[in-house]
Amino acid sequence: MLAKRIIPCLDVKDGETVKGVNFVRMVNVGDPVELAKAYSYDGADELVFLDISATVEGRKTFLGLVKKIARNIDIPFTVGGGISSLDDAARLLDAGADKVSICTAVVNNPQLIGDLAKRYGSQFVVVAIDAKQVNGIWRVTTNAGTKFSNKEMFSWAKEAEERGAGEILFTSMDNDGTEFGYACDPCRKLADSVHIPVIASGGAGSIQDIADVLTKGGADAALAASVFHYGKIRIPKLKKYLKEHGVTVRYIYGIDNYGEE
Amino acid sequence: MTGILDYKTGNLGSVENALKRIKEEYVISSERNTLAKCDHIILPGVGDAKWAMENLSKSNLIDAIKGFRQPVMGICLGMQLLCKHSEESDTECLGVFDNVVCKFPSNMPEEFKVPHVGWDNMTDLKSSLYDEIDEDTFFYYVHSYFANVNENTIAVCNYGIKFGASLKKDNFMGCQFHPEKSGLAGEKLLRNFLKMK
Repeated sequence: MLAKRIIPCLDVKDGETVKGVNFVRMVNVGDPVELAKAYSYDGADELVFLDISATVEGRKTFLGLVKKIARNIDIPFTVGGGISSLDDAARLLDAGADKVSICTAVVNNPQLIGDLAKRYGSQFVVVAIDAKQVNGIWRVTTNAGTKFSNKEMFSWAKEAEERGAGEILFTSMDNDGTEFGYACDPCRKLADSVHIPVIASGGAGSIQDIADVLTKGGADAALAASVFHYGKIRIPKLKKYLKEHGVTVRYIYGIDNYGEE
Repeated sequence: MTGILDYKTGNLGSVENALKRIKEEYVISSERNTLAKCDHIILPGVGDAKWAMENLSKSNLIDAIKGFRQPVMGICLGMQLLCKHSEESDTECLGVFDNVVCKFPSNMPEEFKVPHVGWDNMTDLKSSLYDEIDEDTFFYYVHSYFANVNENTIAVCNYGIKFGASLKKDNFMGCQFHPEKSGLAGEKLLRNFLKMK
């Protein structure tokens, strides 16, 4: 049975991992390669590696860092931040990324989704949707949440799927950094309206929050950053809890007492 | 020495990284003479079946592959290429396995999204490839096409439909999942493969 995925997100700025609280205040929480390795051994099912400075400040993702991560970890990983063309994506693929996550560039140029999917396959293309609720409408933002686009989230997700996206990474900008829980209701609506996996992001504060978004929220995967980086949630304990509550998860191979601390 | 068969496919680098991590010596090559001397051969693969078969044909590798006598493992598309035929771009494949490769149907129940992406487990494990690997072990999959279950099947995955997650015939084998992206379980499977003679 297909397992629900637990995905730590490594926000990277200038080659170092950071976590933004509502994307603004930054605190350094370590070396991305070491974090990536630790997560992989801990039971992370996938990693997302976002160069958060890329869009705002025009910085390109550090290819060297991507190469180093690809050499050191043995689980799939996604790279995002500042990808605006087929060439950007090709360089990341060559460096060892399994998928690219794109937000701003595909809002501005939706055709890029299809171009990427045709060249590298849908499995390579994760469309990231950073959304904020305004007067009851989930509006799509760009540039790391700093600008509103004219798109509405649910119709945009469907369009992205039709154009060839392989997965949707939904971040509720209202919940992100709050640790008050994921936006479960819109996530469920999103998961029911597309036929591709939905990764939920933004708001994880407890093990129960993650359990909720994977069950009530209908997400195929849960992404979080600070609760993992600061050690508030340990992945083995999280997976044990999820398994005990009927959620299919992957236990690490070869560790008999996985989940016991 | 393990030979990674080079036909300009997507996951060659990740297979290379996986062999580096387990400290296995390897050579990346599209030369049949170089590959013939290797103890084991890995046929990686991500991409379109037709495009891949055309690349193998251009490199004169079709007969070479069929003639290999050492253990050969196809990964993902690499396994599908060892089958008889693929629905993907209606492609005639190598025909080492009698299996045919079909697309997941569009009328699958809601919960089975296509592509099949993520970690899944298997049943009916056979062959020393699965030594010390059990039905609770998860591997990482990304695919929209699958091989049918038949006498070559050494592991079955159930994703709405039961399909051949792993195939074996004589010295040829394959896995639909990506051992090079499957953590310690994948590493164990690669080690089992490299132990085969």
